[in-house]
Amino acid sequence: MFGFGKSDTNALTMDKPHPDSLLDTGAQGVIGKPIDRIDGPLKVSGRATYAAEYDFPDLAYGFLVRATVGAGKVTEVDADSVRGLPGVIDVITDYKTFIRNPGQGGDTNKPPQGVADVAYFGEPIAIVVADSYEAARDAAQQLRVSYEAKEGRYSFAAYREEHDKPPEGVMPPYTGTGDPDAAFEGAAVKIDATYTTPSQNSAAMEPHASTAVWEGDELHLYGAYQMLSTDRIQLAKAMGMKPDKVRIIARYVGGGFGSKLGIAPESVAAAVAAKAIGRPVKCVMARQQVFDATVRRSNTEQRVRLGADADGKLVMLGHNSLVSNLPEESFFEPCGQATQFLYAAPNITITHDIVRLDWLLAASMRAPGEAVGMIALECAMDELAEAVGLDPIELRKRNEPGEHPIDHIPFSSRQLVPCMERGAALFGWSKRKPAAGDRRGEWLYGMGMAASARSNMLQKSSAKVSIDGQGRATVETDMTDIGTGTYTILAQITSEILGLPIDDVTVKLGDTAFPPAAGSGGSFGAGSSGTSVYLACEALRGQIADKMGVAADGLTLKDGRAIGDNRSVPLAELVGDGIAATGEVAPGKQEKETLQSSYGAHFCEVAVNAVTGEVRIKRMLGVFAGGRILNAKTARSQILGGVTFGIGTALSEELMHDPRNGKIVNRDLGEYHVPVNADVPQIDVEFLSERDIHANPMHAKGLGELGISGAGAAVANAIYNATGVRARDFPLTLDKLLDGLPAV
Amino acid sequence: MKTFTYEKATTVDEAVRDIDRAGAKFIAGGTNLLDLMKLQVETPDKLVDISRLPLGEIEEREDGGLTIGALVPNADLAADPRVIAKYPVLSRALLAGASGQLRNKATTGGNLLQRTRCYYFYDTAMPCNKREPGAGCSAIGGFNRILAVLGTSENCIATHPGDMPVAMRALDATIVTLKADGDKRRISIHDFYRLPGDRPDLETVLEPGELITHVELPAPPEGRQVYRKVRDRASYAFALVSVAGVVKVADGKIASAALAFGGLGSMPWRDGAVEAALVGQAPSDAAFAAAADALLADAKGYGSNDFKIPLARRVLIATLRELTGE
Amino acid sequence: MRFTINGQSYQADVDIRTSLLDLCREHLGLTGSKKGCDHGQCGACTMLVNGRRVNGCLTLAVMHQDDEIVTIEGLGSPESLHPMQAAFVRHDGYQCGYCTPGQICSAVGMLDEVKKGWPSHVSDDLSDPTFDDGEISERMSGNLCRCSAYPNIVDAIREVAAASGDAKTAPTSREPAEAGA
Repeated sequence: MFGFGKSDTNALTMDKPHPDSLLDTGAQGVIGKPIDRIDGPLKVSGRATYAAEYDFPDLAYGFLVRATVGAGKVTEVDADSVRGLPGVIDVITDYKTFIRNPGQGGDTNKPPQGVADVAYFGEPIAIVVADSYEAARDAAQQLRVSYEAKEGRYSFAAYREEHDKPPEGVMPPYTGTGDPDAAFEGAAVKIDATYTTPSQNSAAMEPHASTAVWEGDELHLYGAYQMLSTDRIQLAKAMGMKPDKVRIIARYVGGGFGSKLGIAPESVAAAVAAKAIGRPVKCVMARQQVFDATVRRSNTEQRVRLGADADGKLVMLGHNSLVSNLPEESFFEPCGQATQFLYAAPNITITHDIVRLDWLLAASMRAPGEAVGMIALECAMDELAEAVGLDPIELRKRNEPGEHPIDHIPFSSRQLVPCMERGAALFGWSKRKPAAGDRRGEWLYGMGMAASARSNMLQKSSAKVSIDGQGRATVETDMTDIGTGTYTILAQITSEILGLPIDDVTVKLGDTAFPPAAGSGGSFGAGSSGTSVYLACEALRGQIADKMGVAADGLTLKDGRAIGDNRSVPLAELVGDGIAATGEVAPGKQEKETLQSSYGAHFCEVAVNAVTGEVRIKRMLGVFAGGRILNAKTARSQILGGVTFGIGTALSEELMHDPRNGKIVNRDLGEYHVPVNADVPQIDVEFLSERDIHANPMHAKGLGELGISGAGAAVANAIYNATGVRARDFPLTLDKLLDGLPAV
Repeated sequence: MKTFTYEKATTVDEAVRDIDRAGAKFIAGGTNLLDLMKLQVETPDKLVDISRLPLGEIEEREDGGLTIGALVPNADLAADPRVIAKYPVLSRALLAGASGQLRNKATTGGNLLQRTRCYYFYDTAMPCNKREPGAGCSAIGGFNRILAVLGTSENCIATHPGDMPVAMRALDATIVTLKADGDKRRISIHDFYRLPGDRPDLETVLEPGELITHVELPAPPEGRQVYRKVRDRASYAFALVSVAGVVKVADGKIASAALAFGGLGSMPWRDGAVEAALVGQAPSDAAFAAAADALLADAKGYGSNDFKIPLARRVLIATLRELTGE
Repeated sequence: MRFTINGQSYQADVDIRTSLLDLCREHLGLTGSKKGCDHGQCGACTMLVNGRRVNGCLTLAVMHQDDEIVTIEGLGSPESLHPMQAAFVRHDGYQCGYCTPGQICSAVGMLDEVKKGWPSHVSDDLSDPTFDDGEISERMSGNLCRCSAYPNIVDAIREVAAASGDAKTAPTSREPAEAGA
């Protein structure tokens, strides 16, 4: 497969299936193995370096100043009110350059600029720089700012009737097939239910942070970002610079979950301030500012209609969503993403409309679309199962499609039914009792399940792999590892294809000085950046074969030796001063000709306190099929994290917007309730064996968002099974259940 | 955080002398004070560090009670064998609060003075009568899921967030203080907290510069002790409703009862009417319902906290069953 | 001001308002302890002060000049990991790594508490707590992990606890305690 383009570049556009994989023929035997993260020792000893942990002589500290009106105009920033405080260097306002809100992930336009007009409560409007963090924070808090306040649109309930159809995003805003309204009308069994989910915050443990350093006319920004190659473009454009004058470094990122896809306001503020004062500036957003002024997952109001015949076969599937965003922002939470292809129905309507509100930006948070959309769809399926008197798994089996029900293209691979069957057997699903049928003392026990699906994507990505004179390999790409295990899987791919012990592979990530990569988002990181490394290694393999004088398919690479033609030669001897190659992958026709998705099935057992409505998750199990698993340990961890996000969505996570000014009311980790250790049981995860030859040469699909997709619905369905209470307003905090619980 | 001067006190007398102006505050564990100072909700211009004062002991008294030094950390108090044996409701309350790390730092005296977690109190951009009397209350008409339904006023509906003080109210604790002029005071915990009224900024009867030195627990009460806390997570969250109960049943009748509540009131809540509805009665659903009626007769919801009223009723009844059951 | 951190003496001239966490991160080059919330709501800054786990963000540096402070850097290095650090690697008790130093310091401090016989919210018997997964989860709930390595963190701690040979940390099996135990 090598030989495309320049001799040292191996490019692949995924136009055709790729039935062979070097990961199947490699001899090193590391691919898929549950090896420990190669960056682990640095992380557990506190030596991995995050955005705010680079030291520079003469470093100054920046602290953002927020707008304290929900809409209006800044009329004065009284810098003199704080300039005299000890240690304060300056108050810097640059209304035109500062960004109003973060960039959308992958966007190569600059984020909206201009902060003189306040678009939402908490918008960063200035930065105070000082010699110490303490001085900067104090001055930012004391700074006097005057506004001309305006009326704003702060209440979803008040404006939900006014909405507009957004432009196409990851999916068309409106799609469907047949005549859904007529089909629903004539259906023997009907479910018509509306589910609501609130705004959410990614709440990555590392707050957004930037350290801006000017080297002449070049800007070096140490940031906390997921997608460096496009972040670099966003930052350059916002600063009015050429991208090659901007370098972003993000070697370790303390979680992102979508919130660090685009550049956030502190980046431009730090860069502007550093230039203004002629010193490096570090600006770390306070946790409250992360809540106020990064991104949220949109709240949603989702009406799901299911029409079925008496046997439970769907005749109609409707999923109509209202979401919210700032005026002129085109991003919509694509709630209906999985609804497009999850079940066979001849009549389908899927719509998304945006209610325009003066709330902070809505953008991608882990599994945009599926994370909340599958809650509605999979809870509705549970309701339908009950209405037609079928086991929820049997209902889903009866509606298993043979092809994409709207686009009529084949599935690249799909093991939803085997996932459900295997999960049911492992979990003891057959022991599930009728709703409200299992009381043990004060606790009501119940089981629920839900399907999981997350679309698979391939994005442009490139990487350089070199082998030095000692026979050691180095991978370089501006891909990030935000906890996803990228360092480790890229090392495993390299090790497998080049036949090197994993310790002889060095992976360098998170620096735009390296070839541009897909970045971490949309579950496409491993497939895209992994393929670029695969391609580079494939090219190197060709070069080694040439040097050995054997055909590439007659070459075996193992333990640092090249074996072929009855010879075994150390790689170090073959490569001379070293060899290098670049791999480049781009999406092609395969993503149009097949529907690519990972699938799974979640199972959950809850205990609900009959007195208080408190929910405790007793057991949770998921079986998943996501193509080849590159590292069984880190893949499982990705699922654990996703499932836990689902638990938070089901039970506790909710951003409250004050209807009087749109502000986030619960803007800290004390009152925005992400799950704690005691909320999460010892979750069981199993992967089914699968290869997807349409996805990429590795045959791997995305996993990072599969765990969250449907997980919350499994929890909610278990709560229904435990209590007989069908609550549809998420999160299902105890107050939502109280009225339906047995009398005390 | 505004800047301040810092002094470290080595004796109790020195500590109260060092509080020489209105803007001065004691700091011990600092877990709530620094939290609020970082947001400029608290802006002391002087901190007197009392963390090294010799107030870290728990001592048994002749009357069978305990004297707890104000600097005893929550964790140590919860794990003290005497507390576990005689006052399990206190140990349980402490363990239901915060996290292991916070309990290692937070002190007995400081925890009595923990301030509300009202969202609006924490945000200086929003009017709050507790921060600035007369500014207005944002929680009324805003989000108040975690706020009070008992003891509120039209100026403030903030909840006292603590667990330990709830147990201490059920145990009839006495707070021992030293005033700046050297006078010692013994204040019943029942007289210690103030309702918000029109001065929600004044939360206790402590005078400026008055230092809590000890908390006294009377001899352990007879009967069964229970602390039950209901919250939004399985751990590490403030109470929506909590109940500290000490109930003795003798000859088939409730001989004595002490019930205090967290998450419901402007202060750790105790209402004699609740106990009056129980004492002398045989444990029964009717008696428990009467107790709940008494507790909630004047309860007032503010929208998103309305659910606390039925929740409190259910939790109280279930807790009374636990306290009086076989 | 003078400090003793990881057995080393440091001298630093810092703003009186400096937290113990910011002292380490901004002035002493000890960036292992993380800032996740700065308000004691996440646990990423957990360090050991005189052997006890505390939130470094919620205490002033100036108050700790006489204390023995241990941060993640003092527990072990990449070349020579503390058993708890090694167990976290083995069990993948982390993903992004940002909460990890706090989790590990917290776990070390927590096991000492268990060895002292301290009970927890989920202990059935306050005077003789058992040690099981439910106890580990409750006692570690002051350390948020948004990547949610919680099950793996529990596995790592259980293994280290069992290996310590102390009867009080010998894992037992029990139905995880219900709320309000």
